[in-house]
Amino acid sequence: MALLEVRDLTVSFSTPEGVVHAVNGISFDLDPGETLGLVGESGSGKTQTALALMGLLAENGQASGSVKFRGQELLGMSLQELTRVRGSKISMIFQDPVSSLNPYMTIGEQLVEVLTHHRNLKRREGKQRAIEMLRQVRLSDPEQRMKQYPHELSGGMCQRVMIAMGLLCQPDLLIADEPTTALDVTVQSQINSLMGELSTQSSTAILLITHDLGVVAGLCDRVLVMYAGQEMEMADVDSLFADPRHPYTEGLLNSVPRLDRDESGLFHAIPGNPPNLLEVPEGCPFRDRCTYAWEKCRERPVFEPIGEGRFKRCHLDALPPKEEAG
Amino acid sequence: MRSPVLKVRDLQVHFRVDAGSFFRHDYQSIRAVDGVSFDVFPAETLGIVGESGCGKSTLARALLGLQRARSGSIQWLGDEFVGASEEFLRKKRREIQIIFQDPSGSLDPRMTIGEIVAEPLKTFFPSMSKLQVRERVSGILQMVGLRGDQTNRYPHEFSGGQCQRVGIARALVVNPRLVVCDEPVSALDVSIQAQIVNLLKDLQKKLQLSLIFIAHDLSVVRHVSDRVLVMYLGRVMEVADRASIYHAPRHPYTRALIESVPIPDPVRERARARRSLQGDMPSPLHPPSGCVFRTRCPFAIDRCAAEVPELEELDDGNRVACHRHREVLSAPWPETEEADEETSPT
Repeated sequence: MALLEVRDLTVSFSTPEGVVHAVNGISFDLDPGETLGLVGESGSGKTQTALALMGLLAENGQASGSVKFRGQELLGMSLQELTRVRGSKISMIFQDPVSSLNPYMTIGEQLVEVLTHHRNLKRREGKQRAIEMLRQVRLSDPEQRMKQYPHELSGGMCQRVMIAMGLLCQPDLLIADEPTTALDVTVQSQINSLMGELSTQSSTAILLITHDLGVVAGLCDRVLVMYAGQEMEMADVDSLFADPRHPYTEGLLNSVPRLDRDESGLFHAIPGNPPNLLEVPEGCPFRDRCTYAWEKCRERPVFEPIGEGRFKRCHLDALPPKEEAG
Repeated sequence: MRSPVLKVRDLQVHFRVDAGSFFRHDYQSIRAVDGVSFDVFPAETLGIVGESGCGKSTLARALLGLQRARSGSIQWLGDEFVGASEEFLRKKRREIQIIFQDPSGSLDPRMTIGEIVAEPLKTFFPSMSKLQVRERVSGILQMVGLRGDQTNRYPHEFSGGQCQRVGIARALVVNPRLVVCDEPVSALDVSIQAQIVNLLKDLQKKLQLSLIFIAHDLSVVRHVSDRVLVMYLGRVMEVADRASIYHAPRHPYTRALIESVPIPDPVRERARARRSLQGDMPSPLHPPSGCVFRTRCPFAIDRCAAEVPELEELDDGNRVACHRHREVLSAPWPETEEADEETSPT
């Protein structure tokens, strides 16, 4: 049985301008120990998907569909029950580590609180466990760090603390929302290799939300590409990068500037702008920006299996062969 | 030989900060830009890359005269900016324009797109007639890929990419010769980034513009630049042409930046030995002695703590500030202990 089963998840927000359809019926599974990348640009619904799983939507947000964690339905669960699951079985790391930590509490107090709350440990045991965890995320001088406040640490150190906090209760699922986006490149690569290591060592499944295809390539087993709140393509990481089947995936891969390729020409942009989510897009949401769009794209394509565990939402049978450099 | 439009020599920009306690002031100076020298040639793109706190944005502000330099020289077409009067700088600012990182935040939300783009014209060409202004504005909007009927709309009606087009139009409407782009695409999605970068390159060719392209992302910078300048803690580490910066990086920090960029190819990315740099950038209040990069540098030797390396010009015209650049070029990355978060001070 899958660890996490998401079925037809929809998230919408009522705003003064109208209803914003952030997530429009997405479904996916996550197996124990697996790392799934949720990839998309801003407004694709990847963060709202994660927040809906955690029951953390903003007040004007509404989620429907089904999210089963170990067979247990999370949507509509009482706050009390949800609190028991959150933090101990599912934990989350946010984009901005510094503002996600409590500025009034020392690192130690924040870490120990998690353990006394969720694991009923005594403070002293909690402290021992917290120091051990800080050592595992390779924060130097953990005893000293326990006594410090978040503002005394750098962004990269705070993100290590967040990761340590996320893993303290040995959760089954860790949701990481753009964990390295706010960090400098040299620190990003430190944190990414740490995440990669921790996921191979522990059996924790990771739902990694990111816009960075380079990070996905290094860390994920499977990838789900989202656009306008819908799934566009899902595949294992090697197939997706080697042989994208959806025009959006292809466009996204082409628009990444790559250091290892000596391109001197222009970037390959995807023309146009992302859709306005105040209107539910009719037909394929990507068709306005798609170079291959045709008549049929006015009907919304189905997210269908195309073999070998791959799925896509596109009317095209296959993408035209790539033009060679020229 | 071409002569540069902009010549910067030994530029120093310092900030005075109060590092004291509640009871006692303790003013110290931060050398945000510390002895930076470079040239920009006509119709060339110079990329400036570095992590947060390296001084790249302060440098940009100093070039526009928005930030007073402490010493050094900024020569624009023979005119000296350092120490020049505010009035003189304001006049010259038509020739050097800037594009900011946050596309929507840098546009006045109460003005229409047309008004925003027309504003610099009113400042620099007060004698222009309304009709001339309108024609110039609609011409430039078309040039950056916006439609004429969008002139009366407000910034909030536009996406991030479109707002950045407006920012570009506002910079170009007064016919500048140099445009400083301060992280112009880092707030944008990848598919939109490419549109904006292509637009900038295109306009540069058409208008024979010089560009200074500042970013923290080496892959974008290298893509657009003819030459790349690498900064760390206020100093120049390396200046090299686009081919050398990737294929023959001389400075260990440049190498580290290249190693840190993830490659969107799972097979190569997994096979690549991660060579993370250790630790964080030191506090600019207490920069290390000698080479500022030495505390994180796997090649550092005793000499690096004792002597500040000069920015040395090499045979190929590239420049590097490293005592060991000859070894660094060919040496394998030294084996360090596990990518540790920080080397404990001993």
